Amino acid sequence: MDAPVAQPIAFPTLQKLNEALTPIVTNRLSHSFGAGEARKQVLFDIDLTINRGELTILMGASGSGKTTLLTLVGCLRSVEDGSAKLFGQELNGASEDVLVSCRRRMGFIFQSHNLHNSLTAMQNVRMGLDVHGSDIQQDWKKAAAHTLTLLGLDERLDYLPANLSGGQNQRVAVARALVGNPDIVFADEPTAALDKESGHQVVRMLKGLAEARGTTILMVTHDNRILEMADRIITMEDGRIVKDER
Amino acid sequence: MTLLLTRILGRLPIGWLQLSHNRMRLLAALAGVAFANILIFMQLGFLGALAVSTKLPYGIFDADILIYSPETNTLSDAGTIPRQRMYEALSVAGTQSATPVYVGTLEWERDEGGTSSLRVFGIDPDVLPFKNTEIATMQNRIRLEDVALIDRTTRGVPKTLFEEIDDGKSYAFEARGRTLSVEGLFTVGAGFDADGYMIVSDQTFLRLFPNRASGAPNYVFVKRAPDTPAPILTQRLRSALPVVDTVVQTRDDAANADQAYQLMERPVGLIFGFGVAIGIVVGMIIVYQVLSTDVADHLGEYATFKAIGYRQSFFLGIVFEEAIILALLGFIPGFVVSLALYAGASAATGLPIIMDATRPFMVLAGTILMCTISGAIATQRLAAADPADLF
Repeated sequence: MDAPVAQPIAFPTLQKLNEALTPIVTNRLSHSFGAGEARKQVLFDIDLTINRGELTILMGASGSGKTTLLTLVGCLRSVEDGSAKLFGQELNGASEDVLVSCRRRMGFIFQSHNLHNSLTAMQNVRMGLDVHGSDIQQDWKKAAAHTLTLLGLDERLDYLPANLSGGQNQRVAVARALVGNPDIVFADEPTAALDKESGHQVVRMLKGLAEARGTTILMVTHDNRILEMADRIITMEDGRIVKDER
Repeated sequence: MTLLLTRILGRLPIGWLQLSHNRMRLLAALAGVAFANILIFMQLGFLGALAVSTKLPYGIFDADILIYSPETNTLSDAGTIPRQRMYEALSVAGTQSATPVYVGTLEWERDEGGTSSLRVFGIDPDVLPFKNTEIATMQNRIRLEDVALIDRTTRGVPKTLFEEIDDGKSYAFEARGRTLSVEGLFTVGAGFDADGYMIVSDQTFLRLFPNRASGAPNYVFVKRAPDTPAPILTQRLRSALPVVDTVVQTRDDAANADQAYQLMERPVGLIFGFGVAIGIVVGMIIVYQVLSTDVADHLGEYATFKAIGYRQSFFLGIVFEEAIILALLGFIPGFVVSLALYAGASAATGLPIIMDATRPFMVLAGTILMCTISGAIATQRLAAADPADLF
């Protein structure tokens, strides 16, 4: 037998490495809804880079395109025009497999909690873990209970969503998004369905956990009281970025 | 249940949790599946009874080969053949015996009230042996004029009447101006057209049916010599007898041909076959309704799961899990109720409506298949959509 030939190890170039570490880079990203006469463009040439570990807030009137932008870079909507890169991975024309592996690197928090009403808090959080495969499942109880405890739900572990308050449910949803240790968390008006107090509490907890883990957050919100927690605030109008402040 | 399913699936049994979350809907769905199962079981039961009861009378005779007219489809419409064919058959090497058999239908009108239609076999008691041991022991009795053996399972006859005959009480009835005395009972089982069977000698038969001629029987039953295999003798007889007016078949082939005719060409067989198809369609529609409503109700949750990285196969898995749970849980009451209905229908009609060993497995497999197909159709909506369009 021949001696094994040493294979050269392919090191990624520094630029690629840098790209792979940047959560989001968009280049001339546009989007339209409808077809033919009814076609309406809602995003125009968005160039945006989101940095690691920051809490970025997207603001704007309804119809300004902020949720569309969020769902495009969050892999919830197919990118059709321009470029959006998630950790260096181009989303325009990405296959289902690529989209699935991107989705598994992120957590998503929605306006309404979108918890499964037949599953308990623990089981709902488990759904955020199971998606990563069976090797992580072994310790799911510990991980799920720990995350829920950090969010102050240690006495509500086995409750169904119907038996929890809106704020508690939204915290379960936060736990589900965070339990898999995502690289980035997307939040689409997470406080919209909550009263001010519990809304504020949910976001404070989200930010606290994210900071501890170095997680990047991109959040759409109208809620002025949250703004003070942001590292960066981007304001949109009619599908364009009009203000970008830190 | 949840723990068991978690073991089996290696994940949370979301399908089961979803189904059991809404108890009323689950019960309604199970009732629907059970109903479809009962429908299918009953139709299969009737179809099976038709298949079995058609072949039953062939089994009582100890004959290897049947010779009959090409017009003959089944016992009740058997055409006649020249008795000459019997003598020709006897001259073929390998034939041990050949005997004519006459078939007719007689109304048995009882003094106590009630009428049963009897299929009458007229046979030569000296030549034709019986496979049915009960009849074989009584075979001598019908040598006497106007003596008959009757099927004790004849439909519509009170049980007490047969009990009395079994106890040795003589029983006679009038038919076609003659008095027939019943001297023995045997068991075959009612069919779809005849209520029961009666065996008399060929002489008695010809007296009962004066318009029938001894030279034109319905069948010639052939017994082969021990050293000649039935297929070979069948070939020899086929080449010896004219094709225009005779068909030569082994007894089993003739019974199978009759059965196929009943199932495939007679309306009754088609109706039951159609009933099975209707049962399957009804079941599919019920399960599809349940599963598609369930998918629609959970579209938001599924979209959320899709958004956090679950694949289409995961959702298919949930719906299949639900489909299989519905199939299995619905099958149990469906099967039990069907068994009770089989017993009831069998007692009421005298037909051999029985659950054979393979039927439950076939129906269960069919139910699972039917539920799975419905489930696959129900998830279509999820497949292509972007998660953002589903909220």
